[in-house]
Amino acid sequence: MSVDELLRQLFPGGHAVRREGDLLVGTGRSPAGEIAVLGLCDGVDVGVELALRLATEVLRVVRDHPGRPILTLVDTRGQRMSKRDEVLGLNGYLGHLAACVELARQAGHKIVALVHGQAASGSFLALGMMADEIHAVDGASLSVMNLPAMSKVTKIPLERLERLSRGSPVLAPGLANYVALGCVRSIWSAPLAAGLEAALARPVEPDRRARRGLERGGRTLAEPVARRVSVTTTHGE
Amino acid sequence: MEHLVFELERTPGPAPRRAAVVVGVVASGNLEVLVEAGPFPDRCRAEIQTSATGFGDIWGAVLADFAARHPVAGLSLAVNDGGATPAVVALRLGQAFEEYTGRNP
Amino acid sequence: MTGPRRAGPSYREASARRRLAAILDEGSFGELLGPTERVTSPHLAALDLPVAFDDGVVVGTGLLGGQPVLGASQEGRFLGGAVGEVHGAKLTGLLRRALAERPAAVLLLLDTGGVRLQEANAGIVAVSEVMRAVLAVRAAGIPVLALVGGAWGCFGGMGIVARCCDGVLMSEEARMGISGPDVIEATRGVEELDASDRAMVWRTWGGKHRVLLGEADRLLEDSLPAFREAARQLVGRARPLTLAALEAEQAWLARRLADLGGSADALDAWRSAGVDEPERLPLLEPPAWSAAVAGARRVRP
Repeated sequence: MSVDELLRQLFPGGHAVRREGDLLVGTGRSPAGEIAVLGLCDGVDVGVELALRLATEVLRVVRDHPGRPILTLVDTRGQRMSKRDEVLGLNGYLGHLAACVELARQAGHKIVALVHGQAASGSFLALGMMADEIHAVDGASLSVMNLPAMSKVTKIPLERLERLSRGSPVLAPGLANYVALGCVRSIWSAPLAAGLEAALARPVEPDRRARRGLERGGRTLAEPVARRVSVTTTHGE
Repeated sequence: MEHLVFELERTPGPAPRRAAVVVGVVASGNLEVLVEAGPFPDRCRAEIQTSATGFGDIWGAVLADFAARHPVAGLSLAVNDGGATPAVVALRLGQAFEEYTGRNP
Repeated sequence: MTGPRRAGPSYREASARRRLAAILDEGSFGELLGPTERVTSPHLAALDLPVAFDDGVVVGTGLLGGQPVLGASQEGRFLGGAVGEVHGAKLTGLLRRALAERPAAVLLLLDTGGVRLQEANAGIVAVSEVMRAVLAVRAAGIPVLALVGGAWGCFGGMGIVARCCDGVLMSEEARMGISGPDVIEATRGVEELDASDRAMVWRTWGGKHRVLLGEADRLLEDSLPAFREAARQLVGRARPLTLAALEAEQAWLARRLADLGGSADALDAWRSAGVDEPERLPLLEPPAWSAAVAGARRVRP
């Protein structure tokens, strides 16, 4: 789906989202009022400049538009992998971006992420995955690493990884797997505005991805293990 | 992966009861050994999970030798193995027993 | 380097459990969901990989300088300290516990390559849950401190998590970043980066550069007492998660990028930051190094 079509479907009431290279920034009109829109397109990899720019925009919304909901549109293949980005401390810029999104949440901004293209790695962690709710359009592509590359790194034969992937959502790329793990809350299909309106109407909840993964059968240990560590008494010596 | 269980009966005597210890780390050519009080007062139970299959006899020999040298009756040993050599296995078992018995009751 | 004159046992060479016990007040550590509970990864057996009884991370309660703290310590030698479903859930559970117990601090002893590829999707979601939990704990006013001194350092998504914490302590031998040298070379080719160039790898990701950038707060010698003492000093020193504080950090990061953005190599960055003869920095012992970078070193607000 083109970015124009995506925005048209999300905001039938109109929008003022402009595109600056691979960055989307602006506002959309929904029945709930003005929505701040911040996004990425064309699968861009996020380096230090773009990470800083995204953080600027999050802070601007918190400062100038208290409480305004934020929609992040995710299409990124990950962090930019370059020597220069590492020399300049890209992890610090992405950590700052994540902290800015947390600040927005604490300040009462509802944050919804919609994956409309690719989503992977560091930039997905620092922007999209920091949202209160993560959704994806049908056909979105979520991954850590494709199976041939994983086979090379882990030295596990490809055919074996492919066979195991049919029975488990943890290995192979794919939107359905991220739904099963509880990471993606739902898949939106046209008209996208309905999904957005419903998300904006729901009250903010704490991070329930592990619980959803348990309910959906994709991650059976994450929630019970976290719960046990959070409440049990220690076994001192 | 191979799962092996041994019950070691020929051992010098009972082990003192202490808080559990874990020694070593699961890595290529290395292993972790968890020592704790076991279910049988008169013998030592050893449970091995190993990534190297087909070495059951060697495990049996290394464990029998270890049990003959240390009073391990009443203990339970649990091992996660990343393909350690018999010498490394023997070393870790000895370290685990030393650490276990060196603890305050 | 610092080896012979070290004031105590090496942090880098100690096991995860030993590190945590040594950072905390003696005898105060109580482990949660320890090895006897056998809560192991459900995903490794299918790949013919052995599990670890603690899934490569030790979590628990203790005291630091008499104050109650929570601590976690990753075992870098088990699958590179990488985060899988159970490993990540133990970290997230500890951080959730902090919200209820309100300790003086949470200490994260990180030694990790990032997401555990053998549990790829569950791993990245787990890292995200840890990241959100760290920030939720900070937002509740409880400081979270990252200690990076292991052989793996701190990479991938966990490199971002480290920088979501209130502060980072590093030894000069440790490394921190997001994409490691091998990953960059494999993805972009040897023309972009030669991972076999150890001196370049060290000066790019090593503790000295991270502290000079202000990405890490303190450069420590590789010893357990040095990490303990530095952690003790930082407990209770939070960086508030407020608009004013994050705007200050935003301005600081923007300024750093404007000043150092033309750097293709850490040596260029050191020169741009105002260090005379940057080539000598890798050879300097910490005290001499501190003196040489005094005017150039950036300090995170």
